[in-house]
Amino acid sequence: MGTALEPAIPFAAGHELIRQGRRDLTLVGPISDSLFDQLIGAGCVRRVCAAWVGNVSEGLGHCYRRAAERGEPRPLEVRDHSNFSISLALWAAAWGSPYVPTSTLLGSDIVTTNPDLVLADGAVLVRPVQPDVTILHAQRSDADGHAHLWGPLGITEEAGLAARRVIVCCEELVDADVVLSDPNRILLPETKVAAVVHEPGGTHPAPLQGHWRRDHSAYRDYAARSRTPEGFGAWLEEWVLGPADRRAYLARVDTEALRVRRRLLSAPVDYGDE
Amino acid sequence: MSEAAYTPQELMVAAAAREIRDGELVFVGMRLPILAYGVAQSTHAPRARALYELGLMRERPPSGFLGTMGDPPNVAGALWATRMSNVMALMAQGEVDLGFIGGAEVDRFGNLNTSYIGDPRRPTTKLPGSGGGADIAILSRRWVTLMSHEPRRLVERVAYVTSPGHGDGPGWRQRHGLAGGGPAAIVTTLAVLRFPPGGGEAYLASVHPGRSVAEVRSLTGWDLQVAAGVAETPPPTAEELAHVRRLDPEGFWTRRR
Repeated sequence: MGTALEPAIPFAAGHELIRQGRRDLTLVGPISDSLFDQLIGAGCVRRVCAAWVGNVSEGLGHCYRRAAERGEPRPLEVRDHSNFSISLALWAAAWGSPYVPTSTLLGSDIVTTNPDLVLADGAVLVRPVQPDVTILHAQRSDADGHAHLWGPLGITEEAGLAARRVIVCCEELVDADVVLSDPNRILLPETKVAAVVHEPGGTHPAPLQGHWRRDHSAYRDYAARSRTPEGFGAWLEEWVLGPADRRAYLARVDTEALRVRRRLLSAPVDYGDE
Repeated sequence: MSEAAYTPQELMVAAAAREIRDGELVFVGMRLPILAYGVAQSTHAPRARALYELGLMRERPPSGFLGTMGDPPNVAGALWATRMSNVMALMAQGEVDLGFIGGAEVDRFGNLNTSYIGDPRRPTTKLPGSGGGADIAILSRRWVTLMSHEPRRLVERVAYVTSPGHGDGPGWRQRHGLAGGGPAAIVTTLAVLRFPPGGGEAYLASVHPGRSVAEVRSLTGWDLQVAAGVAETPPPTAEELAHVRRLDPEGFWTRRR
């Protein structure tokens, strides 16, 4: 989750994992902003396999620290990566390769503490990381999972190709002819997609190009309240466990202030064939 | 202009901006380097290009505040929106002239720790991790880190090397096959430290206005060497400050804390 780094993070899906009481998850991602911290604080996570876990505009992830330092609320195994190496680990899985050699991470202690990285013949061998499921949020998709995601993609393509299956959350659920009119922009093959969820506003407080600005104050509020387990518990009750669904969650947000209003349409492309 | 006319963070942004040369391809990190790139491109480096690890290249900074590199204004008007592995590919080819990395701890050879304080199996502090920092440290042609100048942050030897600098001294990077040139400077709240060509130990190159060499040395966790011609860091110009404040109008990065 959070494969585009700071934008397009499927917060709604993450919060649903918490509500369902999922346990012993392995989280895979590059940076996922504060979503991973929330899942860890809620006790859903046994292992995290990521480049960075915290709160991008605020700094440290307090739940992450409590879990890694004191085993609270549950012990956490950390497999550190860099952004490049987690991308390569997913590409390795996507390509069916036993490993991908790289020159990044040479000389870094990350190689010594993550068993998925091996130093050999002057290169770092990155072993594959295959997620059971990749959850992403796109601007639009049809019911078959032909998703259009635009803006920076981060590691979304390799995370989707590497996964056994993909859940596509989307801002707009559209007819097939809308997305099939531009097949170059289709993110992943429909054969990978197990489910499509129409969840407008599902990335809040993360931004989504063309739809939502980033809600900086929500990240600041979360950082302040998650400093203590009690504060985090109250935050979780207010924003995740209390609201019945995403609609109830969004009713607590000033969505009008966050909605992107300026339209910047790209030029259409011509797929003319004869 | 009086000394109180700018904050330490504004001076750091200006000093970091001056590390960027015109025409360079710059791998921009988070926080102050986003502002530093914007200042440089708007002043002395109009032909610089910025790369952002999530998959962006752009020239002109968007006007106004960015909380992260992925905020929508940083995407609109980009020169390239792509996948992360494509921008990492450019860096792995040696095409990135300069990168910026944040850090919690740095040592005399410029090695950075952003992972663990204490035993990694049971750390006293778990820091967020590498992000793209280790990649920049290993693959960019040279890099600069920005840090608050405190003895607990500028240490004799980092306990965990997330992002390698010059290792244990000159020649270490070559011996270990690291492609890029390593750290060029450490810009702190008090001073600018530099490294000799070919790597080695950081030395004090300039102290910020109002600070003394003795103060900087006393707040450094090792016996910091001082350049023969140690200078005063030039304060930000009015033009640089105007750009900083245009890019960070509410002082989110440069006037809080």
